[in-house]
Amino acid sequence: MQVQAEAAQHGPSSIRGTLVALKGVGRTFRSGKAEVRALDDLELEVAPGEALGVVGVSGCGKSTLLELIGGLQEPDAGTVAIGGETAAAARRGACSYMPQRDMLLPWRDALDNAGLALEAQGLGRREARRRAEPLFERFGLEEFKRARPGTLSGGMRQRVAFMRTLLPGRPLLALDEPFAALDAITRSSMQQWLADALVSEPRTVVLVTHDVEEALFLCDRVVVMSSRPGHVVASFTVPLERPRDRTAAVTDPRLASLREQALEALR
Amino acid sequence: MRRVALVASLLALFALAWAWVASLDSVDDLLVASPDETWKALNDDWSLLIDNAWTTLHEVLLGLATSIALGVVFALAMHLSRTLREAAYPLLVASQAVPIVVLAPIFVLAFDYGIGPKIAIVTLICFFPITVNVLDGLRSVDPGQLTLMRAFGASRIRTLRSVELPAALPSFFSGLRIAATVSVIGAVFGEWAGADEGLGRLVLLGNDQLQTPRVYAGIVLLTLMAVALFALASLAERLICPWTREERTA
Repeated sequence: MQVQAEAAQHGPSSIRGTLVALKGVGRTFRSGKAEVRALDDLELEVAPGEALGVVGVSGCGKSTLLELIGGLQEPDAGTVAIGGETAAAARRGACSYMPQRDMLLPWRDALDNAGLALEAQGLGRREARRRAEPLFERFGLEEFKRARPGTLSGGMRQRVAFMRTLLPGRPLLALDEPFAALDAITRSSMQQWLADALVSEPRTVVLVTHDVEEALFLCDRVVVMSSRPGHVVASFTVPLERPRDRTAAVTDPRLASLREQALEALR
Repeated sequence: MRRVALVASLLALFALAWAWVASLDSVDDLLVASPDETWKALNDDWSLLIDNAWTTLHEVLLGLATSIALGVVFALAMHLSRTLREAAYPLLVASQAVPIVVLAPIFVLAFDYGIGPKIAIVTLICFFPITVNVLDGLRSVDPGQLTLMRAFGASRIRTLRSVELPAALPSFFSGLRIAATVSVIGAVFGEWAGADEGLGRLVLLGNDQLQTPRVYAGIVLLTLMAVALFALASLAERLICPWTREERTA
């Protein structure tokens, strides 16, 4: 466990440039006459290789933010760019999205589920399976390659969903509360698993969560979003190198102080 | 096994009640056949019955096959086009409101005495549960799943093939099970409206000629045919959709 003192002062984004840039982003939903301003004047940058945590209370527009980044929605105001590209199709091609629920297809075995994103891009089933196979070995699921989701535990299903997200090889992972549906013990072990997985498969990550601890444990930087209309109210750089040891992370006084500050900003 | 025993005892109870009613003095032997008379007719007229059963089965299977093709195509078209769905749904329901008993003779008049009108009537009855169930199945897919496919960059056809069609399979089999049970009724109506052969015609003829045991034997075979078709559809679903019976441990 090494502490990177420098990161606390500079933050990764100032060192390595920008992969994701949101400038003055606003998004309003209309249903009938009612208007809901989900996001307002949101500014956010993510550096290549950075893991950014976005925390906020329910309904602050976190999921909308991810769908904007992932090219599933367009902003009403401002611009969203990945690698300088603002077109929605280009953003979809650069970003791999993982929803809160695993969304595994019950009739496909684990290998075919992991390969679904590849098949969606036009790859044949056989080739998709071939490419998915090594990940199962790496992530300790070899025995469950042919198991259908109905027979897998929640944690295993989430791991298969994560492999599905990884396989298209896109530079950015957009994770929408990936562990929120799991029980506390599974969630904690899955957080450790994801921390390790991101070491063997390094990507830029935007992790949306309502769990401050989870964000501080997994991310290089954590931003806090206000409730509606959502915008960034605080940003914290986590002064520990990844992957982190959970015990060290929990007992580190700097993290404890960040947790307090983040919770304060959430109020 | 326990289920089989229950069904068997219920069936035995029914046969006993039937035998008792048939043995009553106030019941005319010419009009009601007893179980053993029916059994005797099944044995004595076996070749006649089975020849006619084949004809009826032929009509039923061709009608079912046409219904599946038509039902799936209709459901797909209505799934893909909202306009078509809104326009065609009332017509679909109306097609089931037309009394088949009245329609059957018109079909026979219009399309001749052969197998054609029988297939048409079976199809008219059977395509409806298939269309409605497949359409429901296609539309039952979680919107989040469709968003995910869009995020992966999947085309409309790809999403249809990989997600919506497999998701609709269990519903398709639900529709097929209903269709299988009513298909035999359709064939009988068709034969009653005019036919040279078939179990339905045999039953009608036997009724006119007061060959009551033979009528009962025909009814038994028709019932068995419907039950067998239902069982076949259920078996196909178990083999093709094994995931529907998997317990969720998550």
